[in-house]
Amino acid sequence: MKKFTTFLTGTAAVLALGAASAQAERGSDGHLNILYWQAVSILNPFLSGGTKDVEGASMVIEPLAKYDEAGNMVPALVDEIPTVENGGVSEDLKSITWKITEGLLWSDGTPFTANDVAFTAEYCMHPDGGCQQIAKFTDVESVEVVDDLTVKVNFSVPKPFPYGPFVGAESPIIQKAQFENCTGPRAPECTEQNFGPHGTGAFRVTEFRANDVVSFEANPHFRDAAKPAFATATLKGGGDAASAARSILETGEFDYAWNLQVEPEILNQMAAAGRGVVVSSFGTSVERLELNWTDPSPDKGAIRSTIEAGPHPFLSDPAVRKALSISIDRELLVEAGYGASGQATCNILPAPELYASTAVNWCLEYDVEEANRLLDEAGWERGGDGIRAKDGVRLSILYQTSTNSVRQATQALVKDMWQQIGIETELRNIDAAVFFGGDPASPDTFQKFYADVEMYTNNFPGTDPERYMAGWLCSDIPSPANGWLGANMPRFCSEEYDALVGQMAETAELEARGELAKKMNDILSNEGALIPLIHRGDVSAHSVTLEGVRMNSWDSELWNVADWTRAQ
Amino acid sequence: MLNYTLRRLMFAVPTLLVISFIIFALLDLAPNDPTGNLPLTIPPEVREQIRQTLGLGEPFHIRYLYWLNQFFINEPLNIIERIFGIEIGNSSERLRIRSWATRSPVVDLIIERMPQTLWVVGMSYVVGILIAIPVGIISAYKQYSWFDQIGTFVSMVGFSVPTFFTGVVLIVIFSVQLQWFPSIYDTTLKVTDWSSFWAQVRQMVLPVTVLALYNAAQLSRFVRASMLDNLNQDYVRTARAKGMKERVVLLIHVLRNSLIPVVTVIALGIPTIFSGAIITEQIFRVNGLGQLLIIAIQGADIPLVQTLTFIFAVLIVLFNLIADLVYGILDPRIRYE
Repeated sequence: MKKFTTFLTGTAAVLALGAASAQAERGSDGHLNILYWQAVSILNPFLSGGTKDVEGASMVIEPLAKYDEAGNMVPALVDEIPTVENGGVSEDLKSITWKITEGLLWSDGTPFTANDVAFTAEYCMHPDGGCQQIAKFTDVESVEVVDDLTVKVNFSVPKPFPYGPFVGAESPIIQKAQFENCTGPRAPECTEQNFGPHGTGAFRVTEFRANDVVSFEANPHFRDAAKPAFATATLKGGGDAASAARSILETGEFDYAWNLQVEPEILNQMAAAGRGVVVSSFGTSVERLELNWTDPSPDKGAIRSTIEAGPHPFLSDPAVRKALSISIDRELLVEAGYGASGQATCNILPAPELYASTAVNWCLEYDVEEANRLLDEAGWERGGDGIRAKDGVRLSILYQTSTNSVRQATQALVKDMWQQIGIETELRNIDAAVFFGGDPASPDTFQKFYADVEMYTNNFPGTDPERYMAGWLCSDIPSPANGWLGANMPRFCSEEYDALVGQMAETAELEARGELAKKMNDILSNEGALIPLIHRGDVSAHSVTLEGVRMNSWDSELWNVADWTRAQ
Repeated sequence: MLNYTLRRLMFAVPTLLVISFIIFALLDLAPNDPTGNLPLTIPPEVREQIRQTLGLGEPFHIRYLYWLNQFFINEPLNIIERIFGIEIGNSSERLRIRSWATRSPVVDLIIERMPQTLWVVGMSYVVGILIAIPVGIISAYKQYSWFDQIGTFVSMVGFSVPTFFTGVVLIVIFSVQLQWFPSIYDTTLKVTDWSSFWAQVRQMVLPVTVLALYNAAQLSRFVRASMLDNLNQDYVRTARAKGMKERVVLLIHVLRNSLIPVVTVIALGIPTIFSGAIITEQIFRVNGLGQLLIIAIQGADIPLVQTLTFIFAVLIVLFNLIADLVYGILDPRIRYE
């Protein structure tokens, strides 16, 4: 993975250099055709957190700093990233001061100032606005305008990682003059603004058709007079991933297509036509099996799948958890469903490098014999039907996930693998909108977890895992008391783990934070709170004539669209 | 006839109210959540807030009444204002039905989608009819000839092979291999001169072909059956005995009588033009009303789904009435008094 990223970065850098020399003036390369098969609904990421909407908007509005393809912060609208060393972050870690680059203009020609930044915070933090990126502003006490080009964010608690607000595609700056009358409950009513925000990005909107297509033209006030190379651009939506891949790789009608989660076999076949290139990058997404540590049996009634229901009849046995993990041939799962976009993993926190543990790899070894031995040793004996049981408890698993062809194929393979160690599996799939919907009245949500094992992918925005790792705190277990909210699906609870989370919240030094994160990862994986399966990458494709693409999993894939050029 | 029309129209009002209630209740009770498709990185507390701002905190009957008010009073007023350029009351304060995904008024979205749906789906319906009628006539007149056999075979294929298959086959042949036609429909294309007209024709060819084949297959069977019914009637023998030319017998006497049931079938099919062709629109990215509906369903954009399905319901009720009336006009033997 590391090698792969380095390789990718290297190639991208060469491409970028080549592009810089080839490119002479703004708008000289004609038209750029981008395809997002999930159509863009709105260009205001504060009102829609969907990835397609956030990325579509990233062509127009920008944050103060972005993440590059290696996960490093790069300045966008500021001169440098504030740190404790350069005095930008206060010693007590309770404030961060951003210095805006001089002379920046909005796409309507007015100057970009600190007032716009402060207004953006006010817009998102309005209690009645329903801002979908409010998590980016966690613990923000106030955002003050020091002078026209300086803005200071004050936090209510020390923030070892103060780069939540205004960093990354989910937290861009909107123009005060345009959105002034759109705060709070009026936010959704400003259709014109939400469909055509003024921005500082490389392009500006000329026409917006919701759930269909967005037309752009080069922003005449963009900070780099030579960019973007394309005069106009289209962001088309609709259809499905496979046909999106076809339009790049086979018909060549489009230049860039996003999120091509297609069976690797089909994708490779299309790529053979030679019209386009498949690119991938890896962020923090891990497809995992979460094991229910509590008893989900229906006869527990209202307390099923809660701590009160007591421990799980067989998943509470560490031998069973370990056997389940090592009896899965992860390489086979990758080959069948993911191809270049997946890597077998034993870690729940596989990236960024600083936080990624390398200590756990026992599960990568696919070993049915060892799994069988573990179960035999623990006293789980095969019955007449080949299924193991102990004291009347049969190893029979209900395994649920969301409806999705790759997931169902994975389920079928895993069922087969578990069959070989004498474990019976019943498969179930639930529509994604219901499964992830979190409706407390529905019995089928992933939070309620009325099953033994469930599978899905999760990740975290940006590069700091603190909040993500805090999701396995004892206090984060979903239960009727907290309305089934909470990220601790396995109902895992360990004092040691909780202590590490507390320690991380007080540690500012990056290396030390990395060490803590690794320890937490190792506990989760070794204890078998969950079974990490596949480190999932993002797959996109671009035409061979498009240069400058630096595939990015940490920010919008279109983060450097200003640097894209047409090959001569 | 007028009496009958009025009676039917009055009866349509309670029917539509019941339909609107069923649609609203069904979608409301269905286990679905507008925040379900958001990335998991958005925490559950924020999701709860989002649901509140979408108005999901209100009880069911209040939301239903709001929706009825918006659909039957506010939106028609807006359309009237738009058409006549006038302002009725305080129009900027009037609540509109807003889509949850785009936050824009649902009616505006629907109006934006109309042109491409009417062009592609409507055109395919017209082409389908133009193919079906002659094929049906010849097939019936020369029953069991090679033309009839081939016609039967082709319509069987057209009827039974799903559009998602024919669509992809056509793309693979004409877009990937031959590169004659684009596989992606450009909704922003404006026809201003011959070259843009040609581009419009080229991008319509594949989706229209797929749908026209399907429509023609269905209709040609109707025409054929109806022609066969009439060809054996006594009045045909009389016409021939009078010394009418075969062409006159066929095209004037038989065809006119045979078209009566066909016209009803065509009228009943018109609402399906408006509901778009969900699958074909997805394949060719025509992004018309069908695609709007499917995206709304996937994203649990309930106000949009409710409004669209209800508009389809209104069209179906309306065209049922029209079909009945047309039948009465075409066939004077039928009286509704």
